[in-house]
Amino acid sequence: MSRRPFAPLRNLNAKIAAVPMIVTVLVVFVGCTLWTVLYSFTSSRSLPTLDFVGFDQYTRLFRTSRWTVSLKNLAIFGLLSLAFSLIIGFILAALMDQKIRFENTFRTIFLYPHALSFIVTGLVWQWILTPAYGVQKVVRDLGFETFSFPILTDGRFTIYAIVIAGLWQGTGLVMALMLAGLRNIDDEIWKAARVDGIPAWKTYLFIIIPMMRPVFITTLVIISAAIVKVYDLVVALTNGGPGISSEVPAKYVYDLMFSRGNLGQGLAASTIMLTTVLIILVPWALLEFRPRYRKGKIPK
Amino acid sequence: MRYRSIMAVLATSTFLFAASQVRAADLEVTHWWTSGGEAAAAKVLASSYDKLGGDKWVDGAIAGSGSTARPIIVSRILGGNPMGATQLNTGRDAEDLVKAGLMTDLTELATKEGWADFIRPSKLLDACKYEGKIYCVPVNIHSWQWMWINPNAFKQAGAAVPTNWQEFVAAAPKLKEKGIIPLATGDAWQIDGVFRVMLANLGGKDLYLKILDQKSTEAAGGPETKAIWQAFADARELADPGYVGRQWNEATSLVLTGKAAGQIMGDWAQGEFGVAGKVAGTDYDCLPGLGVHPALDTGGDAFYFPKNANPEITKAQLKLASMLVSKETQVAFNLAKGSLPIRGDIDMQAANECMKKGIKILTDSNNVLPSYEQAFSSDTQGQIEDLTTEFFADKTMTVEDAQARYVEIIGEAK
Repeated sequence: MSRRPFAPLRNLNAKIAAVPMIVTVLVVFVGCTLWTVLYSFTSSRSLPTLDFVGFDQYTRLFRTSRWTVSLKNLAIFGLLSLAFSLIIGFILAALMDQKIRFENTFRTIFLYPHALSFIVTGLVWQWILTPAYGVQKVVRDLGFETFSFPILTDGRFTIYAIVIAGLWQGTGLVMALMLAGLRNIDDEIWKAARVDGIPAWKTYLFIIIPMMRPVFITTLVIISAAIVKVYDLVVALTNGGPGISSEVPAKYVYDLMFSRGNLGQGLAASTIMLTTVLIILVPWALLEFRPRYRKGKIPK
Repeated sequence: MRYRSIMAVLATSTFLFAASQVRAADLEVTHWWTSGGEAAAAKVLASSYDKLGGDKWVDGAIAGSGSTARPIIVSRILGGNPMGATQLNTGRDAEDLVKAGLMTDLTELATKEGWADFIRPSKLLDACKYEGKIYCVPVNIHSWQWMWINPNAFKQAGAAVPTNWQEFVAAAPKLKEKGIIPLATGDAWQIDGVFRVMLANLGGKDLYLKILDQKSTEAAGGPETKAIWQAFADARELADPGYVGRQWNEATSLVLTGKAAGQIMGDWAQGEFGVAGKVAGTDYDCLPGLGVHPALDTGGDAFYFPKNANPEITKAQLKLASMLVSKETQVAFNLAKGSLPIRGDIDMQAANECMKKGIKILTDSNNVLPSYEQAFSSDTQGQIEDLTTEFFADKTMTVEDAQARYVEIIGEAK
């Protein structure tokens, strides 16, 4: 009779192989996160010190108009980018899926912006949108002397310029992901829908999209991560200006920590960013990844 | 075949190594002087150093402003790959490096040449001292408190050439009519600079010192400071919408070409006029202290020499240090850079109108102001910059709101 192996030693090789990753996760992600939260309650300036000041850094943070403007901008940027990149990306993918000619060419064209760094995207759009030699000048030269397009110079609109540039860069990727999802849909479903006389748009809306749920979730995660960390695009396109009208939280954190030597304040800001993400993420993750006993599947 | 090619590589590398040993010393000098006028000034230093014979200046310009270059320079020194010499700003840029014993001690050379006798204002040299020893060479004096104007732009608009800020504001409507931008400015630090100049020169030395040195909230909230915010509100009406993201030298070139009438910018702007071949007094003019209270702060650049294991390099460093303070170099370099020399005993006959005005102001030590960098932490400076740029861009923000927040910042400043 063979003895049952001691549980922690089962699959020992696999466990040893996973150790570096586990250590990385624990030290780098969990460890640094805890460190960040801890030091956000101190008065650390250039160098970290354990001089606790309670919620002082947070009080100052929410009294600083640059931070509140940053949060508002992130909300605008996030909602618009999310909505439009999903909608535009899906429509592009659906159009591409009509067995058109030169599909490869179009796919390359739409995906190309994603190969550029945000810095390049930012500069290109800065040139396009600057009143002195961009869109505004072209339209004026066409004869519309009073045409004005102050999207980069009027603080009320700059965040939308960032949304536009971000969409230009990101939609291609969404399209590629969606296209892959569409290609996975069995042709039989289309045939069945056609036999039943269901119009194409209804088929998409009520049959195809629900079937593509996993693809949508993947896309959502990728876009959301890109939204929260948006930084380089803003630096290249507007550098937060005019004034503070297009500031974003990541830039506030960077500036406070590295160029203004106020670690405590920067860490408090990043803790708030983390908390915001968690508030949105945790309920969703619980809902999405909860074990599904009821459907008759047995969890492994 | 393989054996021979390996031998060839080895032989070449030995040869290269030997060759670099033969040369007295290649001194790599890092700096961030990259705009037209600045590059010309760096070239003056390089060519006069090469002329001394033997050692060679290897230029290590780092593109971007000090905020980009400073971390690169510091991390190279900390990482054990020091350059021969490096530019930094006068003040506290290298304080930690000096404390860690990473810089060459220049005290012996300084005593021998008697630096303390001729460097003025003396606080420039004090900034280089740590525990009584000297670790850097100040090379120039830069001050923020200048306004550069293009007289031809005013003539073209049919307005009198202003001699102070108030006249400048009065002439603005005529300039606007002609399509000339009254005040050229650019990204955040330039706008913040406008405010700091106004505080010093429209407010006067007393107010400036009360706010910078004593961090007096009473002064910051008082009617005098309110007048500064009011003037700053005037200034935001004088800038063109295209100022967003503009570099300082682009703004200077707008003034240079007459597309803009004036710019409030430190005296480094004068280097740009020099490179373009413009003459002070005719093609352009300057209003030190906005023509109201002539007082200048005395920041500037200094050279530091990181410690090096190679004695040849140390020798070359001392030679460069001695050259930097020499009379000839001071004259030639500062003429190109548009800054003021650090020596009080040299003949600045060759200096242009504007530099002469600056030298004259500095001869009276009452006119010397501390700079923001000496008074405020970078955190406080950043808060003020956020406030001034927000105010400048958002015309709905009132003077009262801005001042209230200003008082708060000054109150928290350490």
